[in-house]
Amino acid sequence: MARLRETPSQTAGPYVHIGMVPTFAGVENTYPEDLGSGPLYSDGVKGEKITIKGRIFDGAGAPIRDACVEIWQADADGLYNSPAERRGLSDRHFKGWGRAAVSGDNGVYVFETIVPGKVPLGDGRVQAPHIAFWIVARGINVGLHTRMYFPQESEANAVDPVLNRIEHPTRRATLIAEREGNVYTFDIRLQGDGETVFLDV
Amino acid sequence: MRNDPGDARPFIPRDLALHPAAFDPGYKTSVLRSPRQALISFQNTPTEITGPMFGHDTIGPLDHDLTRNWAQPGLSAIGERIIVHGRLMDGEGRPVPDALIEIWQTNAGGRYRHVRDTYVAPLDPNFGGCGRTLTREDGSYAFMTVRPGAYPWPNRANDWRPAHIHFSVFGHGFAQRLITQMYFEGDPSIPLCPIVGTVPDAEGIAMMTATLDMDATVPFDARAWRFDIVLRGRRSTPFENRPEGN
Ligand SMILES: [Fe+2]
Repeated sequence: MARLRETPSQTAGPYVHIGMVPTFAGVENTYPEDLGSGPLYSDGVKGEKITIKGRIFDGAGAPIRDACVEIWQADADGLYNSPAERRGLSDRHFKGWGRAAVSGDNGVYVFETIVPGKVPLGDGRVQAPHIAFWIVARGINVGLHTRMYFPQESEANAVDPVLNRIEHPTRRATLIAEREGNVYTFDIRLQGDGETVFLDV
Repeated sequence: MRNDPGDARPFIPRDLALHPAAFDPGYKTSVLRSPRQALISFQNTPTEITGPMFGHDTIGPLDHDLTRNWAQPGLSAIGERIIVHGRLMDGEGRPVPDALIEIWQTNAGGRYRHVRDTYVAPLDPNFGGCGRTLTREDGSYAFMTVRPGAYPWPNRANDWRPAHIHFSVFGHGFAQRLITQMYFEGDPSIPLCPIVGTVPDAEGIAMMTATLDMDATVPFDARAWRFDIVLRGRRSTPFENRPEGN
């Protein structure tokens, strides 16, 4: 059977908020709440609760203020909240997915989530705890995939199959968040010095 | 055969040559927002193969109807009434059911209801501009809305966006996540637009261009436009009983 070509991507544009976070955009009351807003967990979740925040910088070093970010991650046991998760049922108190607009004032995004577990690949290799990021904005023609890893997991990070695809250690470091207690800062640089590693997933 | 949300096969790598380049100087904002380093490629892991799915309780009864979901009771948005519908499929041509599609657009005059849109065209008090729905078992979806207007935008001195509807699409895996825009067949602004022009070839632009669909048009009510969407397909694996391959 002939394969169908994927529909081409287009930029999300400056008004992405209307469709993805309408309350944030000022189109209140179309939906009860913005999808993916609020903590990724509910009461009773297993795991360590954390805050992740950061900014997205353009090639001139300025924080961009019109982006939308989505994250996707495993629960504390390394299980995804998905029908394609074959290893068991994930924590029913954990959604695994979140969406946030960056602040229109200072460009900061914030997620309230938990530290994910390790995710085995089934061939003996194990992925270090990580959070998948997807970034869209005006001027980004194809949504950018990247990952955040945890600085306290240096042993797991050292054998992580995706981190090990990155040749230069300095570039690998762009995917490791900075930690201060339960708050992690993960800044993303779209271009230039310290450019974040983006993934062809 | 439909696409099973429990399918855990990896996706076929995205052919980036069929998508816009990150850096396209014709679209000036991309100049400082485009990575210069190569993307890192690797085999899909469970992180990319799985993805969020949304229950039918997420969707309200008017979410798909932009003519009414922001309107005062009994009133409706101003503009040319249209139905936008189509099918969500994967690269193997299989329908993708239970997938969330979100759309956003201007009103009939080309104005967004957004704090940062300062275009002189007036807001419509009965039009918000967003809608969402889940695809049905056969991958089909439908929105009721008004035809959006063209609008000027700061790029070159006199750039106008053709009438378009923004689409945000979830498949079943996070790797399938896609944002695109739908244009209207016959719009003379399409070939003039630098954002359309980021797509490298005419076939790709045709895929983003909805066609007038008189069969789905509701007489004396609304004309229909057909817009099918294709997400990435999954690889065949030895575990699937297809010895002839693809
Ligand atoms: Fe637009």
